Parts: sequence; structure tokens; C-alpha cells
Amino acid sequence: MSSSVLATVISNGQEDLLKEWVQQQLQAEGMRRDLIKVEELTAQSREFLQRFQGAVGSGDLLNIRSMGWSPVLESIGELSRQRGRMGFTPTETALFVLSLKAPLTRLLREAHKDDPIKFIEEITVVGELLDKLGLFTMEVFLQSREEVIIRQQEDMLELSTPVVKLWDGIVALPIIGTLDSARTSVVMESLLQRIVETGSEIAIIDITGVPTVDTLVAQHLLKTVAAARLMGADCIISGIRPQIAQTMVHLAIDLSAVTTKATLAEALKTALQRNGMKVVSSSAV
Amino acid sequence: MQERIPILQMGRVLLVTIQVDMHDRLALQLQDDLTNKISESGAKGVLIDISSLEMVDSFIGRVLANISSMASVLDAKTVVVGMQPAVAITLVELGLSLNGVLTALNVMKGMKLLERE
Repeated sequence: MSSSVLATVISNGQEDLLKEWVQQQLQAEGMRRDLIKVEELTAQSREFLQRFQGAVGSGDLLNIRSMGWSPVLESIGELSRQRGRMGFTPTETALFVLSLKAPLTRLLREAHKDDPIKFIEEITVVGELLDKLGLFTMEVFLQSREEVIIRQQEDMLELSTPVVKLWDGIVALPIIGTLDSARTSVVMESLLQRIVETGSEIAIIDITGVPTVDTLVAQHLLKTVAAARLMGADCIISGIRPQIAQTMVHLAIDLSAVTTKATLAEALKTALQRNGMKVVSSSAV
Repeated sequence: MQERIPILQMGRVLLVTIQVDMHDRLALQLQDDLTNKISESGAKGVLIDISSLEMVDSFIGRVLANISSMASVLDAKTVVVGMQPAVAITLVELGLSLNGVLTALNVMKGMKLLERE
């Protein structure tokens, strides 16, 4: 059967195949010689080739999801993830498997010198197999990229909601970026938590960094204010830009129940006043 | 003997500390006891400490709002103190923002608020 022929061909010409394959990879257009050393590439290729040979020997050539292929998939998965992290492009990553096609074809051609029909049969199977492995490489590559994106999103969620203490009994929450439901809940939780921790009676929510306010964002803001009020803290919303003030009125968003100030400085002044304090210049004392 | 939430009288203020899980019957019992006590003692303020309460549902939220309205009919101000963040978020999500109920961060601040009123 073809699988055994292929396995024999590979095991007979393994060193040649490896050399030629690595050469092929190094010569490929856009190969990142700066990102990976030749020794490392050779080691990776050798390991892959060994597992590949084992898998070919196990029989099933067209179903790479079968048991025999799992070591191969594992090895490509690891390689693909690693390259994704190192900054290889998708093409460069896929080329690892796909560039095996040429040297393998040459080996098969030598093995079937006098049987062109057999050669064509074999080459069709090998082509299909390597294409499947290439696709699998891409799949893992994209998956690892997506994982990175998701992690970064989570990090940003955490980073972008610091609650700062401005004075005894006054905390401020500068919001930067658009508020959506997921962010609002994180913002709300961290604000309320800080209110409890610091025993602050006044919380200033500064929305200078919020690019647009629509009905949904306003609703989220009002929810936060209501929750803070339930706990016994007053909220002041500051940093409403003229453009946003206009939008809010056009959208008929009612903020009359909330104290609003144009700037954070104004809000702080009001907060200090409520706590019975006043800022005066030192010469006036 | 039925389980009850104790109501302490401190001068003209009634202090209620909820330290057990509120279930519906207990909440109604409290509402009953509290209104009786207010009219009996002529208290001018009610302080409800819910800092140990970790879960609320819409019913408990409504009972709290009702107690406050009933107390104000009997000429007593109600202050709810020490609400946990999770409880506050739940109530807001349920659409119960307890308008008309006074709130404070802790018992001390609640007392001050009552004195001022």
C-alpha cells in the first residue's frame, strides 16, 4: 500500500530530505532569518520529520484527526503557537509544512522512476495530506493570535478603571474609552468596592475621556450613580464636553437628579465644600 | 416561637440590625413590628443596618422601600446603612433604586444624618 512505500521512502532518504527541506525553508521568500536560528530550525524540522514518519507508518494517510497523527498535530500546534508569539507572519508559519512538498516529491519521483501512474497517485495523496497539515497550522496560528487579543482585552478592562482617592472621603473615577455593558459592570464594582474600603461619601465620575455618550452609556452611568446612592455615597459627574452636553439634551437624557460639573476641578471644589472644607490661597489666610 | 429581628430603641431613634438571611415572612414580620414600635414609642428616626446582608431579591427590596414610606407616614425618617456593593448592584439591576429612602455608608454616618434631619 502507498503508506508503507511513503514511510520507506522517508526513512531511506531521511537525512537528504531533512537537508533539502531546511534549505527550502531558508531560501523561501521572506524567511525571517533574524527571528530563528538555523540550528533551531533544523531541530524543529528533524523532530517533525520523525513524528511525520511515525504517523505515515501508522497507516491512515487522509485522516489527520486519527490517533496516529496526534503526535504530529501536537508538534505543529506547538510550533505554530510559538511562531505566533514570536511575530512570524501567517505565510511564514504555514510555509514550514508546505515547503516539505518539493523535497518529498523529488524523493517519490526517484522511487517511482519507472511507474508514472503510481507516482501520480502517491503525489496526489501526499499533496492533500500536506495541505491539510498546512491548514491545521493556520488554524492553530489564528487561534493563538485570538487568545492574545482576548487576554489584552481583559487586561485593558482592568487597567482602564482605576479609582483614585482625591481627599479624605472623596474618590474619583476617571473613565477613558467607550462604556459598554461589560465595562460598566467592572467600573461599577470597582467604584463601589472602593467606596466601602475608603468610607468615602462623595464619588466623582469624570467622563472627559469618554468619546461619545449615547442613551446606553448614559443609562450605564445613571445605574452606577443609583448604586452608589444606595450605599450612601453621592456621585458627581464631571468632564461633560459641550458636544456631549448637546447630544444629551437632544437625546432627552435626564441628568437632573445628578450633580454635574464641567470640569474635575469644579467637582472637587463642590465635594470639598460638601465636606465643610474650602480651598483658599495662602496669602489670603 | 417565631424568629424575629430585634428592634432597639436609642433615644428617639430605632435601630434595626439585620444579621440573618432575610426571607419573605421575616421581612413582613419586621415591617409589622417596626410600624407598631414607631407609633408606640413616637420615634423620629429609623436606622436599618444591612451591612451583613449579602443577598436581596425584589421582594426584600420592595419591603425596604415600603418600610421607609410607612415610617414617613408615621413621621419618622428611615436611613438604610451599610449596603454591600453586590446588593446595591442587584437592586439597581432590578430597577429598585429606593427613591425617597435615605442611605449612609455606616451606622455612625447614618446617625449623623438623622440628627441633621
